[in-house]
This record gives sequence, structure tokens and C-alpha cells, in this order.
Amino acid sequence: MKNIVIIGGGPSGLEASAQLHKMGYNVILVEKSPVLGGHLAKWDRLFPQGIPAKEVLEKMVSQINGVKYFVEANVQSINLLDKSYNVILDNGITVLADAVLFTTGFDLFKAQKKEEYGYGIYERVITNADLENWFRTKEDNRVVKDPKRIGFVHCVGSRDEKAGNRYCSKVCCATAVKQACEIKQEFPDAQVYCFYMDLRMFGRGFEDMYLSAQKDYGVRFIRGRVSEVAENIDKELVVKAEDTLSGKPVKVTLDLLVLMSGMQNCPDAVKVAAQIGVAGREIDGFFETKDSIYSLQNSTKPGVFFAGACTGPKTLPDSLHEARAAALAIHNYLTEKK
Amino acid sequence: MIYQGKQKIWSDYQKEIPDDHYFYVRSCIRQNLFPASEKTFLDITRNKLGKDFFETEHHTTCGGIAYHCDAIPQETSMTIIARQFALMHKYGYENYVCSCITSFGLYTETLETWREFPELEAKIRENLWKTCKLEFAKPKYLAHASDIIYKYRNLIAAQAKYKLINRHTGQPLRVVEHIGCHYGKMFPSKSVGGAEYPYVLAGMIEAWGGEVIDYPERRHCCGYGFRQYHVRSNRGYSLANTHKKFESMEPYKPDMIITNCPGCPYFLDRWQYVISEMEGKTYGENGHGIPVFTYEEVAGLVMGYNPWDLGLQMHQVGPEPLLDKIGIPYDPAEKYKGVNNKDLGRPELPSCGCL
Repeated sequence: MKNIVIIGGGPSGLEASAQLHKMGYNVILVEKSPVLGGHLAKWDRLFPQGIPAKEVLEKMVSQINGVKYFVEANVQSINLLDKSYNVILDNGITVLADAVLFTTGFDLFKAQKKEEYGYGIYERVITNADLENWFRTKEDNRVVKDPKRIGFVHCVGSRDEKAGNRYCSKVCCATAVKQACEIKQEFPDAQVYCFYMDLRMFGRGFEDMYLSAQKDYGVRFIRGRVSEVAENIDKELVVKAEDTLSGKPVKVTLDLLVLMSGMQNCPDAVKVAAQIGVAGREIDGFFETKDSIYSLQNSTKPGVFFAGACTGPKTLPDSLHEARAAALAIHNYLTEKK
Repeated sequence: MIYQGKQKIWSDYQKEIPDDHYFYVRSCIRQNLFPASEKTFLDITRNKLGKDFFETEHHTTCGGIAYHCDAIPQETSMTIIARQFALMHKYGYENYVCSCITSFGLYTETLETWREFPELEAKIRENLWKTCKLEFAKPKYLAHASDIIYKYRNLIAAQAKYKLINRHTGQPLRVVEHIGCHYGKMFPSKSVGGAEYPYVLAGMIEAWGGEVIDYPERRHCCGYGFRQYHVRSNRGYSLANTHKKFESMEPYKPDMIITNCPGCPYFLDRWQYVISEMEGKTYGENGHGIPVFTYEEVAGLVMGYNPWDLGLQMHQVGPEPLLDKIGIPYDPAEKYKGVNNKDLGRPELPSCGCL
């Protein structure tokens, strides 16, 4: 039986594991954190319909019955032997893999790097991930009781040359609109502002979600970047921005500011991949695929494949499509290799 | 405010500041506005701390004001700067320290431009030789004079006679620190603490016993901004900037303001008088203004210099209530006495707490 090592136990890794296991391969799934699910395990609800993330994740995990997986495990070393990859994990397990699939996902951009937004400096500045955690647990002292004004800053660490990330993180617009509506559900009297550059509502149902945010929830969308955030004596946030539609600077005082941190490739994954000569693209840091249209699941090395956000920001459905495509690409590769 | 968050940022922006042996360059306007500050800097570094700070009468302006007002082209200002650096080299120094923030910003911009465009550096090298017959050189280290006082802040604290503490309450004085825009906003990595949460003055305040106030408009320009003030029709804008800052800091009840720029202390000090005349409003205690100091003046105060030797009589807002608060003695009769007891005259229009 052929061995396939899948690195990363998020949605792409889970879906690819299930598909390859069904095809009869011996799948070994490696996850660095204590639980499977990646960022999905930390999310509350999913756009555009607000489906609970927990439900989706439970379904995914239920489908990997029979797959060998290790949590709190990291790839210590990986190297190419004659026709297979020798993968050594830090838990002492060694696997001779006929194919390796990277489903290492993404890291959120560290919002504190955008110093002017004050994450880690001002108590009431949080990130999209922090807010999802609050939606799930209602535990975060930074979210004050009955906030009257709440702001969302789009494109934090995305489309931002100064932050080193020129690319669009793709999902943050829809996430911000979703979270803006959800926070209005929690605090109906609050005024919610979204500071955006462009609203990239490309997916099915996204535009409807955006219209609903305006019509049903009264979210105010301000086209312009936030220039700086400060704290006043009452710990409220004083936010300065530019409204590029009216051509005027705006200053608002907020009780909570949510920074929509973008996606970046995982540095840990880059280190592992580098051991077998697989690199990130200079332009954005995400892994280089064999080509940009036809072989998106293939790396430049034989037997090494990708799925999900490790090759660029993606929505959850896109990542799942890629996981299935990667399973098929691996199957074709192993079939031809015989 | 999460102090640890600031500390993390400060740790990311620590520049190397050599301990000794500097070529010192004065500011064009500070000698007129705050005449004792540069003298105090040299006295502290040379005589109190025993360091080597050399200066020559042959240095000139850096050309910064003319450059920022579009009165001279960049190549001209670069050639002036190349001459300054050449003088440093001629006198055997490789660490360059300037008193002026505008100069610091322009020197940094020039060095970065030369690094990015070597062909421009070659042209300036040629200009320098043609005009001055001087050998082109670049400093190994570039510092602003406030970097130096920051570097020596603990040595100064060790010799201090007074702390920035209210002797009546025992509480730290509440200090606004205002950083010149050209210090870190253009090149955050060349500053101590970065552009958003600079540490250069905050470090001094902490070392000398005070407490830093973080108010919403702390990053805002003092109101000078070259073209805001030098173009006469824009002066209302200059005043509006300063007014905005004072309105923002007012709820925090600051005891004093410390600055590291030639223009900032002047405008923050003088515009308080104008605001009091226009609106009848003052921002300090008991109808007084908030005293504004240069970092050298504050260093001098904590080290026990005579306030009038520090030139504090040149300020619009009188420092006396603050001196009383700290417990620094002064002789009111000496306030307007110059060298050899020469009578300097008294201000005709005292206001906003000017004594």
C-alpha cells in the first residue's frame, strides 16, 4: 500500500485525507497543534450563510475514520530518497512516503506590525480571530459591555506594500461584513463602521450579504484607510481615517476596533518545504505551484503536492475543492509511477 | 494602554548610538529661540560626563528650511551636507551628531538617497570637490542630539539633584513628550522607539522620575510644519494644529511638555499665548500655560543648573510654578539679568501665566 504524508490538519488536510483514504491509500496526517481543524476550529460561524464552523468541522473529522493522524507533531526532517520521501516526525515516527501533500494553510498577519493601529497597545483593539473567539466563548475583556460604536478595518497586512504583502487576502472583506452583521445582532444599538479600500464580494451570496449589512443592519461603509488609532482618557479609541468618496478626513471615537488581519504563508511550513527544495514565491511568500492554471496542486518537485491556503489566500470552499483536486492529482501521480 | 506592548515595539527600534567622540553641529534657529540649550548640551556632555564633543565655527546650515520650502534644489542641499560631513572627516571624527531635527531628517534622507542612487552620490562628490576642494566622506554613525541625551539618561540621573516629581504630593510629574516630525516619521528605523511610539524622550522622562502622558493627538505636528507657518496666509492652520494638540492633552492635566525639535518648543510655547489672547483659554494650572522645554533644559534642571542660565526666561510660558513644584530654587530678581548683570528688559505683554 502506498504511503501519503499530509502535513497540516486543517480543512484541506482533513478533506484530502478522507478522499485519499477512500481511494485505498495509507494516509498519515500530521498536525502541529493539539486539535485538528486549523483556523476552522477557532471560528464561530461561516459566511455567507452563518453556518456554525463547529458543524462543518465535525463533519470533516467524522470522515477521516481510519486515517492515522498525529497531533502536536511536527515534521523534523524530510528528504528525498530514490523514489520516495523520508519523513521524520518529532514524536519519533518515521514514514517512507510515496507522496507528500502540504496542507499547511496560513498564518494570520501579526496585526501588531501595523503599529499605527495599536494592536497590543490599546486595550480595545482586537483582530478578526479575537472576535470569532469572543463570538464562540463570550470571553474577552477587551470587548466592553454594550459598546456604542464599533469599527472594522479591512486589509490589515493585505494589499499593503509597507507591510510587505502586496496581495489581497481575499476572504477578509466577506469576513468583515459577516462579523459586522453578527456584532449588530449582539449589540443592536451600536453603530458599526467598516473602513475599506474595495469591497471584493466575489463569491456566491457575498453581494447579498453586503447589501443586507447596509439595509438590514445599518452598517456604515467608509471607503478609505485608517491612518492612526489613539486612546483617549476614557480608554475609548480615537480613529482617524480618510473618506475617499467625500474627499474628507474623518475622526470617530469607538468602543471597539476590529482589525481584519490577512493571510500569510506559515513560516514553519516554509522551513519544512525548503528541506526538499520547495520554496515560496518571492512575490508573496506562498508556495510556488507547477503552473498557474493547469497544475495548481503540483509543486515543482515530483511527488510533492499542495492544497488550500498554502498557495495563496482562499475561502473554505475553495480550499476543499483544492483538497479533492490534490487527492486526484496524487492518485494520478502514483498510478503513473507504478 | 498596555505598557508591555509599547516595550515590545521599543525593543524593535533600538539604534546603535556610540558612547563617545562626536562631531557636533548646531541648529540655525535654536540658538535664537533657546540659546542656552546647545550650550547646556555641550556642558553636560563635555564637563559633567567627560565626553569628547567637537564643534567648529566653519560649519553652516544644512539648508533644511530652504529645502523643505522649495527654495533650493535637492542637489544643493546635498552638497551643503557633503561639506558638513567633509568637515567632520577633516577633524578626524566619524560620529556625527546634530542639534536640529530637520537636519537629522535631511541627513538621514540624504544618506539613504545616496545609498539608493550611487550615481547621485558621485555627482555630489564632484560638486563638493569643485566648490570646496574637500574630501567626500560619510559618517559612520549619525545621531540626533536627543539620542545622545537618551543614551546618557541614566548617567544624568546618577548626577541629578532633582527628580521630575511633585514635591508636594510625591507623585511623578505628568509629562507630554513631543517628538519632531522629522525625527522618526520618515525613517522609523533610524529613531529610538520608532515613529508611532517613540521612546527617545519617554526614556528620559522615565529615567528622571516623571510619567509619560499618552494623549490622542500626540503624533500630531506641533503646528510649525514649515509651509504652515512660513507662508503667512497659512498661519491660521499652524495655530489650529497647536490648538488641536492642547485640546487633546488638556484632560490629562500635564505638568510640562518636553520636545526634541527646534520648532516644536517654540510653537507649543508661543501659540499658548496667542490662544489665551484669542480665546481667553489656558491649559495649565491656576490660569497658567503649560511650560514647554527642550530636552537639554530638562536635563539641566534635574542636574541643578540655574534656571536662568538655561535660558528659561526666554520662554513665553513662565517656568516658575513648575520649578516650585519640583523644588528647584531660583532668584526672581535674576530672571531678566544677562551676562555681567546686564538688564535684558521685561516682556511687554505677559500672558498665560508668564511671570
